[in-house]
Amino acid sequence: MSGMDLIGFIVVFILATYLGASLIGRVPPTLHTPLMSGANAVSGITVVGAMAVAGHTDYGRLGTVLGFIAIVFAMMNVVGGYAVTDRMLEMFKKAPGGDK
Amino acid sequence: MISTSVERLLYLVATVLFITGLKQLQSPETARRGNQVSALGMLLAIIVTLLSTKTVTYATIAAGLLVGGALGLYMARSVKMTSMPQMVALLNGVGGGSSLLVATAEFLHMQQTGATASVDVALSTHLGVLIGAVTLTGSAIAWAKLQEVMTGKAIVFGGQKTVNALLFAVIVALASWLIVVPTAPLWAFYALIGLSLLIGVLLVIPIGGADMPVVISLLNSYSGIAAAMTGFVIKSEVLVVSGALVGSSGIILSQIMCKAMNRSLSNVLFGAFGAAAGKSSKTAEGLVAKTTNVEEAALQLAYAQTVIVVPGYGLAVAQAQHQVRELMDLVEKRGGSVKFAIHPVAGRMPGHMNVLLAEANIPYDKLLDMDDINPEFERTDVCLVIGANDVVNPAARTDPSSPIFGMPILNADLAKRCIVMKRGMSAGFAGIENELFYGERTQMLFGDAKGTLSKLVAEVKQV
Repeated sequence: MSGMDLIGFIVVFILATYLGASLIGRVPPTLHTPLMSGANAVSGITVVGAMAVAGHTDYGRLGTVLGFIAIVFAMMNVVGGYAVTDRMLEMFKKAPGGDK
Repeated sequence: MISTSVERLLYLVATVLFITGLKQLQSPETARRGNQVSALGMLLAIIVTLLSTKTVTYATIAAGLLVGGALGLYMARSVKMTSMPQMVALLNGVGGGSSLLVATAEFLHMQQTGATASVDVALSTHLGVLIGAVTLTGSAIAWAKLQEVMTGKAIVFGGQKTVNALLFAVIVALASWLIVVPTAPLWAFYALIGLSLLIGVLLVIPIGGADMPVVISLLNSYSGIAAAMTGFVIKSEVLVVSGALVGSSGIILSQIMCKAMNRSLSNVLFGAFGAAAGKSSKTAEGLVAKTTNVEEAALQLAYAQTVIVVPGYGLAVAQAQHQVRELMDLVEKRGGSVKFAIHPVAGRMPGHMNVLLAEANIPYDKLLDMDDINPEFERTDVCLVIGANDVVNPAARTDPSSPIFGMPILNADLAKRCIVMKRGMSAGFAGIENELFYGERTQMLFGDAKGTLSKLVAEVKQV
């Protein structure tokens, strides 16, 4: 990675951290559990890195094994996270006819 | 096959979908859609990676995607809502584990090809290994504590902090060695992995079960940061941004939890709180709590204009949410109003109680946060505390010698009448006696939550 590249990535990282903080700060406490499992699913984005390792021949046999396990782990994170969040959010309902 | 620029642009679209999804999580009305938008972003990212020119073999990828996806789906479908903290701990763990494995594979690859990694790539690799490993084993311990496979109490031993500090110093030394001397032997890297896994265990064992919500939030953050570090290694913007988003969300949630317990993050992490059990000075022996019976309690509820229910984890353990809902319907039919007061640490993770009540079809607009409901207690006819303990302990307001002094609590003791449903007089999760039980306006209703609530429902029907 060249010096300029690195700075670019650090800038992106810091801006994204602030963006995340301002987005999450406004999520009401009632949604904190689905928020956590949903955000969790996003961290399964490492699946992209895992696929790059597993789909490449020059990482060797050990690389393929590591890549495979990494994909399995990340996909559990992704699918499990999104599916369970959906299951929870489906249950959140408003009182019929608003305030009673 | 698509070109690198198109690839990067499509990853950017995926990133924007993640951000949009998070934004829509800000309201219960749009939250479900937001989650789906985010999932769509993930699908896009996976498809783009499949189409990438860098991908040459598909068999391993397809197998991994199928196996992991099926396992994830099975877990998501079968998990009980009470076990959500364990589920999130497990998901954090595998997320961190995945980052650890990717960073490891990248490092070994660089070694094999003899390429000298620049300092920043090497640094991100080792950080990815460290944070990924800590997330993996730390989450495993958190899971075991929550699942009660191991003791929920804090495990402490002499010189614990010194051991951890030494271990951390060795990890830093190993990483520095590997960065500065690219020809350093491979065992140094494996030692780095092993010690990082070990420190993940050591960091979580001294934390008591009551503090697991904070730990889970924090590990959630770590799993994001580990993903971001992996992003630095493989030069992927989408990983860096998504990792940073998750990283900050975990930190914010940990802060909210700490504030709700009136403790600093470092106190939670290093204070070994769960080990100490204190006795409040005011609840010395000799004080007797007043008890009541189901008939009397049913009468009070039936004629109450305003009822606030304070649900605690005991309610969820007894799986009595549906009985509470029935009771709510009955009181409302008689013209009373029922609200639920949710303390931020009521369940075993942030927002856990809300999910458990939503599962019993209790509308989310009846669930009020601590700050919104606290002014209402004084005007409330009956406050029904079910399986909650520490979060309604007035000692937090009045007794400076109490270990929970200063913690924001629900003012259940200010209600005109407070009925506390409990199995027995045992102390709460934090091991502290509760003054509320001996209060002037408090009546204890002993029995298991589900059975007693069913009887209450039957009695209120007859009033």
